Amino acid sequence: MQSVDGTGGPAPEEKPRHRPARIPRTPMPERDASERARDFDEVTLGYTEEMARAEASRCLQCKNPTCIEGCPVNIDIKSFIGEMIDGDYHAAVAVLKEKNALPAVCGRVCPQEEQCEAHCVLARKGESVAIGRLERWLGDFDLACELEGRCVPEVGADSGRRVAVVGSGPAGLACAGELRRYGHAVTVFESLHATGGVLTYGIPEFRLPKHIVQAEVGLLEEMGVEIRCDVVIGATYTIDELMTEEGFDAVFIGNGAGLPMFLGIPGENLNGVYSANEFLTRVNLMRAYEFPTADTPVWRGRKVAVVGGGNVAMDAARTAKRLGAEEVFIVYRRTEAEMPARKEEVHHAREEGIEFKMLCSPVEVLGKDGWVTGIVANTMELGEPDASGRRAPVCVMGADVTIDCDTVVMALGTRANPLLPKTTPDLELSKRGYILTDEDGATSKPGVYAGGDIVTGSATVILAMGAGKRAARAMDEWLKQGD
Amino acid sequence: MFPIVHARQLSDAVFEMGVEAPAIAAKVKAGQFLMLRIDEDGERIPLTFSDWSADEGWIRFIFMTVGKTTHQLSHMGVGDSLADVVGPLGIPTHVEDLGRVAVVGGGVGTAAAYPVARAMAEAGNEVTVIVGARNAGLVILEDEFRALPLHELIICTDDGSSGRKDLVTAPLKELCEDGAIDHSMAIGPAIMMKFCVATAKEHDVPCVVSLNPIMVDGTGMCGACRVTVGGETKFGCVDGPDFDGHQVDFEELMSRQRVYSDDERLADAEYQRECSCNQ
Repeated sequence: MQSVDGTGGPAPEEKPRHRPARIPRTPMPERDASERARDFDEVTLGYTEEMARAEASRCLQCKNPTCIEGCPVNIDIKSFIGEMIDGDYHAAVAVLKEKNALPAVCGRVCPQEEQCEAHCVLARKGESVAIGRLERWLGDFDLACELEGRCVPEVGADSGRRVAVVGSGPAGLACAGELRRYGHAVTVFESLHATGGVLTYGIPEFRLPKHIVQAEVGLLEEMGVEIRCDVVIGATYTIDELMTEEGFDAVFIGNGAGLPMFLGIPGENLNGVYSANEFLTRVNLMRAYEFPTADTPVWRGRKVAVVGGGNVAMDAARTAKRLGAEEVFIVYRRTEAEMPARKEEVHHAREEGIEFKMLCSPVEVLGKDGWVTGIVANTMELGEPDASGRRAPVCVMGADVTIDCDTVVMALGTRANPLLPKTTPDLELSKRGYILTDEDGATSKPGVYAGGDIVTGSATVILAMGAGKRAARAMDEWLKQGD
Repeated sequence: MFPIVHARQLSDAVFEMGVEAPAIAAKVKAGQFLMLRIDEDGERIPLTFSDWSADEGWIRFIFMTVGKTTHQLSHMGVGDSLADVVGPLGIPTHVEDLGRVAVVGGGVGTAAAYPVARAMAEAGNEVTVIVGARNAGLVILEDEFRALPLHELIICTDDGSSGRKDLVTAPLKELCEDGAIDHSMAIGPAIMMKFCVATAKEHDVPCVVSLNPIMVDGTGMCGACRVTVGGETKFGCVDGPDFDGHQVDFEELMSRQRVYSDDERLADAEYQRECSCNQ
């Protein structure tokens, strides 16, 4: 072995001190807006290895890293970047997967700018390390390896316990992976025909390719997680039946908050009015953009109004554009500053020609012969801050506007689906139908845990994953007590 | 995969199919529905259960060939499998001893009326079944209905080729006028249900309808199945499919059922062309 200093003496025990590169944050290569807005292929292209190494080299490798505090699943960010700096990508992936079973997914959809990257020391004076992009690169690196080269987290010794996980979205998948590490047998029940939950039916292909989701779910199956699609808990089996007849010792509920909300305004049931859930499910899960090769159609409007200001609204608007709409509007009752969507999504939407109609609050959907022809909206102005801390929109009297459109997509958020609680009467719910749990996800029903949107209401992928992992730890403790 | 264990042609355009699905079969109640998808490119369609056996682990449904999916389904048989069958979905029909009950089934809706009539009879009701079809060849499940302990089975055809030459509303009206029924239920095309409701309403007879709006997931996620009932928006899949017919906005339902008519014709035409090419 050649020594590093070339003197022929023994190699030093310690690694050479890392000297962070003083270079600007490495930009993410993306496809040109005019080209990408015509198809469903991924918008961002991901770093090359050189870019990833260069970006990793910006990391200061702080003695007391603060970035980790910003991560809902406590990924050891310093270590994985450290391994990247050393060029040991397999080791870097292993560090990531210690805490996150879905790095290629999270690297794409986490709001890193509010989480780890916001806590990066470099962010104080300039631009943070692009932690999310590095995570994505590593996730993709792992998926590009032959199966035997991939990092499959080690599974614990068989505990003899069986756990049912309801829902194969972020919360359920994270919980399932963690439970396998503890050695419990895990079966995930999914009501749809494909796994991934919102990752599959909600987030569009151009932002999160479905083969990435399926590949990362596949690694969980490699860990021995059994997945059963087409099973609706609350219909095919109840929670009680899972715990008695089906022989499960514990259940985790991560079925999400899937019921779409509407405004309750006149004309909302006209043809051409969609919930974002329906619009996106038709296109993402059912591949309506390939109609008639795929059998599911979607109404392709020429002028589409998307009501709402979150990420889902951006996804719906950009999807409408890709389906061939000439004009797509985001209609939002506050201003861009209050929009809950990620800046990056807003930026991408604007680049793709989405128009923003701010301070517009729809009060009626207009129609002719059963079909949408437009929206009537109140003009709003910002008043005093409301409970969310954002300035509340107030109606400007006598200043209604009419927006001509042939399609309306309501992206107003979702609420809890009553299907499961209705058949589980001893599960305590909040007034709004969400499942009540303690900090660890334990519900009012012994052995039954819950996490993700069904507990918190609509939130992010990574928060749901964090909740799934926390619950898995608590379930492990609970299962051990039963021994 | 869900193996097809039974396939039978009931008329020119109506088919019965049975699928092995023990977990679902153990749970089904009258009035509930399933979602199925034929293959990876398939759409998800809702169909009401027409029969099931918890002991033998199978479920059955009946469909009419109206579009691509149903045509494709009609070409499948025992030995083939469906990619996905999900259920049982929807709230079961409310069954109790209500006294004298008329169950009206129109067209392929007759399939869903069968388990409802059976359950109503088992619950101790005096059940009159009215079956409507365009002609004798399209009357389905006549033998099955005759095997039930019904008060009466009335068959109506548009051309009089079987039973009465009448619309189903004619015998329903007579029953209402005679004060011979306490409750009614109508399952069939929206237009038929609309007129059954109007008939029952005139005589203050309750009329429950089983609605068949367009659905994608069938579990409350998409809201495609929005129907207006009593001025409120309801989801056909999780709030129904049964609703108080007197409260239903049928015009809206019929309009919403037509959203994809053009697409459905296109997909069906493509499929038919493919089929003829392959022959």
